[in-house]
Amino acid sequence: MTTHEVHLKARLIGGVLVVQEFAFLCARAVAGLAYIPRHIRETILQIDRIGVGSLFIVVLTGMFTGMVLALQGAVQLEPYGATIYVSRLISTSVVRELGPVLAALMIAGRVGSGIASELASMQVTEQIDALRAEGTDPIQKLVTTRLVACVLMIPVLTIITNGVAIFGGWLIARLYLGIDSYFYWTWAFEALAPRDMFVGLVKPAVFGFLIAMVGCYAGLNTKGGTVGVGISTTQSMVSSSILILSCDFFLTKLFMAFP
Amino acid sequence: MITLTDVWLTLGERQVLKEISLSVPAGETKVILGGSGSGKTTILRVILGLYRPDRGSLLIDGQDITATRERNLTEVRQRMAMVFQGAALFDSLTVRENVGYRLWEQGRLSDAMIEKSVRDSLQFVGLEYAIDKMPAELSGGMKKRVGIARALASGARIILYDEPTAGLDPINTCMISRLIQLLKSKGVTQVVVTHDLATAYRVADRIVMIHKGRMIFEGNPKELQSSADPDIRSFLEPDGQCFDSEAFAASEIGEP
Ligand SMILES: Nc1ncnc2c1ncn2[C@@H]1O[C@H](COP(=O)(O)OP(=O)(O)OP(=O)(O)O)[C@@H](O)[C@H]1O
Ligand SMILES: [Mg+2]
Repeated sequence: MTTHEVHLKARLIGGVLVVQEFAFLCARAVAGLAYIPRHIRETILQIDRIGVGSLFIVVLTGMFTGMVLALQGAVQLEPYGATIYVSRLISTSVVRELGPVLAALMIAGRVGSGIASELASMQVTEQIDALRAEGTDPIQKLVTTRLVACVLMIPVLTIITNGVAIFGGWLIARLYLGIDSYFYWTWAFEALAPRDMFVGLVKPAVFGFLIAMVGCYAGLNTKGGTVGVGISTTQSMVSSSILILSCDFFLTKLFMAFP
Repeated sequence: MITLTDVWLTLGERQVLKEISLSVPAGETKVILGGSGSGKTTILRVILGLYRPDRGSLLIDGQDITATRERNLTEVRQRMAMVFQGAALFDSLTVRENVGYRLWEQGRLSDAMIEKSVRDSLQFVGLEYAIDKMPAELSGGMKKRVGIARALASGARIILYDEPTAGLDPINTCMISRLIQLLKSKGVTQVVVTHDLATAYRVADRIVMIHKGRMIFEGNPKELQSSADPDIRSFLEPDGQCFDSEAFAASEIGEP
């Protein structure tokens, strides 16, 4: 084999190993659910930090997304004289795609990288080993609690994002487009099928899982002092964003296959 | 009782431990001496089950835990306590919560009893006044002492110390060695890693010396002092090597 082939092979094996380790960590974190009552305080703390702490950014995200959709949507609908249906466009695109994806990306930036850097500094200062030495399973205490908090709170945050976005759209519709409020809200909800709501909740739960697990994996596998902390944080941010975007595509495709 | 038999360990690409066989009978205080990077910390981590040896076996109180799975190690680990080289305090918790961590998690004692145990342990290291502080507000030596208090409060019968006196002033160093002697008189099994000879002689029942991952000596303090092994001599009397060093002879540091 040439050196190129050797390098390629080493990278491929490395990649497979990462996937295997990641799956193994996920399995252990899920198995840790049985011990959640023991770590209930930590779980509540994480729910507060992840959920309540992210409120502000998801409200802003939702607001501006809804407002810009109303402006752009009106431009597109105008030639057909269908501007009054702008709320249909906003509510479906927000609930199905934009709300879950944008909220998840924002939360990956704030929460995912926060988890990664926190666990990474605990790793390099031997605190993870100290936990093990005290007889605490760090996966149950640190990973499972964050996983629960993310899977519970990201759907909630997404609902808030969606609500705020439709509200932001209404502001623009009311103030600039002169659309009747009653008309706006009726069409906003009329356009949504129960199935959209369901998909709109499954997606953020999956994204929550990804954000928590990627952040924890990156943090726990930190090597090499403070430089390593930075690398892990960046890595978790990049990987979880890409995973969110690609999973969104595959989930959408999957749900379309089951009408 | 701790028994390591023919333990070998590789970390990354490095063979860090080679052929380590040592036994610490119950109630004994064993000091591990050795230069920086010789593998002392690694031995303690093997004893705690944080690293799994490539070869060889590890027995704690006669129980073979070499192949025990991580989740079944909890019970064994709770018989031990470790003072980490860098203290490794949980920085999201206060000093009180750090010291009482294990007792809280076990949940066997009442709150008042835990509080008393935490205060007693802190008093031993002279830090009762810092009980409500966060680790970030402490100096390096204070963190170290809180780490020692955490090990004390756990009530473990086996205590592992990684450089307990490094970075402490002479009075605190003396206090820590007295503390180790006191625990010895109470029958606690102790392993003390250090490169401070004064502390070593003061507390050791037996001394092990590690050089480049291998044991080069095992015996009592007297035997160590009378050893003729060149590696041991240069550790005990570093002056010769330090002054004769070619690097210094050839160096131009500080010349105008
Ligand atoms: N995680 C690791 N990966 C690779 N090599 C390591 C790792 N940890 C330690 N080593 C290497 O193992 C050797 C022994 O390390 P160890 O920490 O046990 O030394 P030590 O005797 O405690 O030194 P010191 O007195 O400086 O604390 C060192 O040469 C170190 O480079
Ligand atoms: Mg060390």
